[in-house]
Amino acid sequence: MVQALNRLKESPSQTAGPYVHIGLTPNFAEITGVYDRDLGDAMVNAGTKGERIGVRVRVLDGTGTPLRDALVEIWQADHAGLYNSPSERRGTADPNFTGWGRKATDMETGECLFETVKPGRVPFKDGRLMAPHITFWIVARGINLGLHTRMYFADEEAANGEDPVLARIEHRQRVATLVAARKGDAYVFDINLQGERETVFFDI
Amino acid sequence: MSVEHTDRRPETGAFFQRDRGWHPPALTPAYKTSVLRSPQKALLSLDNTLSEITGPVFGHDLLGPLDDDLIHNFAKPGESAIGERIIVYGRVLDERGKGVPGALLEFWQANAGGRYRHRKEGYLAALDPNFGGCGRTIADQDGGYAFRTIKPGPYPWPNGVNDWRPAHIHFSVFGHGFAQRLITQMYFEGDPLIWLCPIVKTIPDRAAVETLIAALDMQATIPMDARAYKFDIVLRGRRSTMFENRLEGN
Repeated sequence: MVQALNRLKESPSQTAGPYVHIGLTPNFAEITGVYDRDLGDAMVNAGTKGERIGVRVRVLDGTGTPLRDALVEIWQADHAGLYNSPSERRGTADPNFTGWGRKATDMETGECLFETVKPGRVPFKDGRLMAPHITFWIVARGINLGLHTRMYFADEEAANGEDPVLARIEHRQRVATLVAARKGDAYVFDINLQGERETVFFDI
Repeated sequence: MSVEHTDRRPETGAFFQRDRGWHPPALTPAYKTSVLRSPQKALLSLDNTLSEITGPVFGHDLLGPLDDDLIHNFAKPGESAIGERIIVYGRVLDERGKGVPGALLEFWQANAGGRYRHRKEGYLAALDPNFGGCGRTIADQDGGYAFRTIKPGPYPWPNGVNDWRPAHIHFSVFGHGFAQRLITQMYFEGDPLIWLCPIVKTIPDRAAVETLIAALDMQATIPMDARAYKFDIVLRGRRSTMFENRLEGN
């Protein structure tokens, strides 16, 4: 026998189910009067530094149908590449930017819109800079464990070309699934859960 | 958002790798909706960068006085929700057994009859006019938390022709890093529906399912008021940074 490690096991995930809105966006679910506002609905305020952008998100199933019951959370650095987190040790992030947002996809259109700022670049573990990116976490009915992915920006071609995470994608045609183009007033990011254009998801 | 619990130096290590044989796989055909909503390609493994190590932390200023009391937070003044009055309590720990102070817990559930307050819910059981079904709290210095609610009822759902969810409360938990983000469900000791449920059975290992079953704790009850169930939640642990090359400057 050897010494016991005595580690615990992570609690197993379960689906968020179709009524995730009751708990995480109750005002969106028409449960009013409990919380003043839904947590994560506003990432920016009048004092937030950086370039304001919109990000339009849809999550599509294996038939190409948008999920109208998904919940999407994003996490990103501020305009200078700093995270608003106690684990950020490189400096102090913009106090007028939360870095975290949460939206339910629309019950009719399946779309949701984040109003945020374009993130600055953040170093990879070896010091090389990653390209500007937003981290996504997606849960819904039918998803047993939340899916992690990233959105990069099509107008950051040079930075994307040297991004150490994108460089790890073996099938190069799949890189495009993580790159959002600007259309009108917002970047448009379609997340395909399954099929030929399946988005790259990460085991982080 | 504000940062509390400053008596502990924030940790900056990467998280332990997730054991994806312990969690449910993406494709679990007996839970039908997973068939078209599960990726078919392998996940790309990514040792944590700053984008995953960091995460939002929420301050107590977020909370209203009734956020942890589902019996009253949607009820008319002087009234309360109908059902079995219970307290759910426990700790948020990480895989190293350390408490996770400041963890935000959000929960949602059906009422005593198994009816959710949601536009897309069509079950014929009645709504309770004094029950909304959402609550939240923040773990204390030791990772401890508690809230008050009514025990939810089981409800039928269109999967098989006669599938019923066991009584359950949904939990959403934030630790200190975005990689710890977790949503799960709490079940109740002794419920025979647990072992029939296609969603429970997405979890391959019976021992893993048992970690989601809250224990009745008569010692924590309030006599003549509410029974208590204990439910501990474990989030991913962090690796030590002591021998890693760090660029954060600490």
